[in-house]
Amino acid sequence: MFKIVHAEFIAPGIKRHVLEAPRIARKQKPGQFVILRIREEGERIPLTIENSDPERGTISIVVQSAGKTTQLLNSLNTGDSILDVVGPLGKPSEIEQFGTVVVIGGGVGTAMAYPSAAAFKRAGNRVISIVGARNKELVILEEEMRAVSDDLMITTDDGSYGEKGFVTDKLRQLIENGTRIDLVLAVGPIVMMKAVADLTRKESIRTVVSLNPIMIDGTGMCGGCRVLVDGKSEFACVDGPEFDAHRVDFAVLVQRNSMYRDAEQRSLAEFRRMREAEMAATQGEHICVNAQGAEQ
Amino acid sequence: MSPTVKKSLNPLLPRERMKVPRQLMPEQPAEERAHNFNEVNLGYDPELARQEALRCLECAKPVCTDNCPVGVKVKEFVELIVAGDFLGAAAKIREDNVLPAVTGRVCPQEDHCEGNCLLSKKVKPLGIGYLERFVADYEQKMGNHVVPNVTPTGKKIAIVGSGPSGLTAAGDLIQRGHKVRVFEALHELGGVLVYGIPEFRLPKQIIREQLDYMREMGVEFETDVVVGRTVTIDELIEEEGYDAVFIGTGAGLPQFMGIPGEHLNGVYSANEFLTRINLMKAYKFPVYDEPMLDLHGKDVAVIGGGNTALDAIRSALRLGARKAYVIYRRSDAEMPARAEEVHHARQEGIDFQMLTAPVEFVSDGKGWLTAARCVRMELGEPDASGRRRPVPMKGSEFDLPLSVAVIAIGTSANPIVQSTTPGLGTNKRGYIQADETTQRTSRKGVFAGGDIVTGSATVILAMGAGRRAAKSIHEYLTTGEW
Repeated sequence: MFKIVHAEFIAPGIKRHVLEAPRIARKQKPGQFVILRIREEGERIPLTIENSDPERGTISIVVQSAGKTTQLLNSLNTGDSILDVVGPLGKPSEIEQFGTVVVIGGGVGTAMAYPSAAAFKRAGNRVISIVGARNKELVILEEEMRAVSDDLMITTDDGSYGEKGFVTDKLRQLIENGTRIDLVLAVGPIVMMKAVADLTRKESIRTVVSLNPIMIDGTGMCGGCRVLVDGKSEFACVDGPEFDAHRVDFAVLVQRNSMYRDAEQRSLAEFRRMREAEMAATQGEHICVNAQGAEQ
Repeated sequence: MSPTVKKSLNPLLPRERMKVPRQLMPEQPAEERAHNFNEVNLGYDPELARQEALRCLECAKPVCTDNCPVGVKVKEFVELIVAGDFLGAAAKIREDNVLPAVTGRVCPQEDHCEGNCLLSKKVKPLGIGYLERFVADYEQKMGNHVVPNVTPTGKKIAIVGSGPSGLTAAGDLIQRGHKVRVFEALHELGGVLVYGIPEFRLPKQIIREQLDYMREMGVEFETDVVVGRTVTIDELIEEEGYDAVFIGTGAGLPQFMGIPGEHLNGVYSANEFLTRINLMKAYKFPVYDEPMLDLHGKDVAVIGGGNTALDAIRSALRLGARKAYVIYRRSDAEMPARAEEVHHARQEGIDFQMLTAPVEFVSDGKGWLTAARCVRMELGEPDASGRRRPVPMKGSEFDLPLSVAVIAIGTSANPIVQSTTPGLGTNKRGYIQADETTQRTSRKGVFAGGDIVTGSATVILAMGAGRRAAKSIHEYLTTGEW
């Protein structure tokens, strides 16, 4: 059992969980992830580690409610426990002094890009960060990113904060302004990572993306997380999760990630129905209590 | 040696023993079991077991024991069955084999103990596997485990991986008085015994019972630890104070064929397919959260001819597949699967497409599998493995309509431990190099065995390696000599 020592929403539907996991905390490096299973009937899902505190023996993960498992996870609070957490998995980010590194975080991907941005900074790089979100409320880790960046740019799809537009608009501006870029790290939705890759390919800028295929064991046993890289099968759990963006077949990744869409939707729908029934039942109890109270 | 001749407890003369037919294993009818995950074999009762045990010729030089990777004293335990001392028989097996209820079910006896049984020269070999299973189950039912009393040595050993080799090493080492802790990457213990082998061949309950027994003996287990990532071999030795480490991490990355369409939705590796079913219970979706593609009324094929291939396709059949094919590029004679599994699979209605190989997986244009394009093969000259090489026949291409294809053509080395342990020698294929008798690696105090050394093999071969490693670890820890 892994205890949640602190849980709080940092944006609508996005929660940070600090977990007691001393072994993982001691070993975690930027770019690595954990696989967790909330309960006996739960599935195993991979989540990137946002941060770790080896002294306190804790790690933090940032979770966006999407499917059943992430919704269930985000319904847990400080003091609750998670059945299994295993990690840190995957190869750590390659951190060197490259020169100027542009770190791009899209949506909740910002939490995954953050530890690498901090490490790039510590390694003596000039770090330019671009954080993108749908709207102002969904911009996360702004202060943290600012603290480790020489320059921080924010874009929102609707223009409610920062500049209206996409992260690629900012990246294009940087390129057009003649900014020397030695490396780009992009973490976020697949469409965003693909757009970044298409843009930097033309400019021959080395670009790394962190991939999020469907995964089960995360230790190189099942092969479910295979991605097509340069036409060959590679395994995100042991060969990744970071890959050279210009060699990744993003179309195959999108297609394989859609494999269980029907099941995922069914699972989520049943979960919601059960939650609503529970809510209704609890409310019913309240009404009864109130009614009794009124009688007295 | 004193020339005392022990009188046999067997009342039958050798030629009378030859006349007793091999006792059939009671099994679930094929048409019934093809739709459930309950065990196929039901096990002997005491009467059947004694009848079968009477067939043993009690050879002066028992080749059965010589051919057993863990050296089970077959003649002696069978004699105890004849005498009606079933618990004594179980204890006798346990001297050499800590997982008798497992090997009694999944061991390819025809390649080992039963393979050279003297009886098989004239009649069918002694049902050693069936007898082993009987006494192991009997012992479990009686709840009569004997926990050996040993003097602690004060030495501490880390076992990496809770599969057959790790459990065997752990069981042997704890009985020699060492402290033993087993680290497992997954959330459940047992390795391939739980994620790979399906319920109908090896019920999970059997493994749980064996694990409980090991806990009673004092073995400690820790799940959710990926050695190499969560903690390294060096940290186990230097920081956690382990005196020796045994690496039994098993086979690794599934191999693919490198043919077009392998990334289509509907194409699984056997490890993923079986892990979803066995470990994650995806067939109980949505009660369990892990999904898998619905196989009801679908046509499914497995590519490969080993035990894993048969486990996968027989699972597909039980999950409602309409047609269930085995596509194998060689012929029956070369199939590496256990004879009993092939026999059972045929009874259940699995369609064997022999001398056939896929050359492409065909898409529906939206990323989903619709067929396997296959060619028929003929056997040519023997290849490096000594088996006749399959050669494609010109113009034999055909499309086999499929919704799901499962690739079970083997695995390659998992790199995690090797890449995080400096100085640990590996071979060209990335497997850990270990001495064949001592299981020692190039690193002092570090031993390895099982699939991570040999590549994909069998449960019993991994157990044999675990046993040799335990012996050699014990020697190292008592003498201090490397």
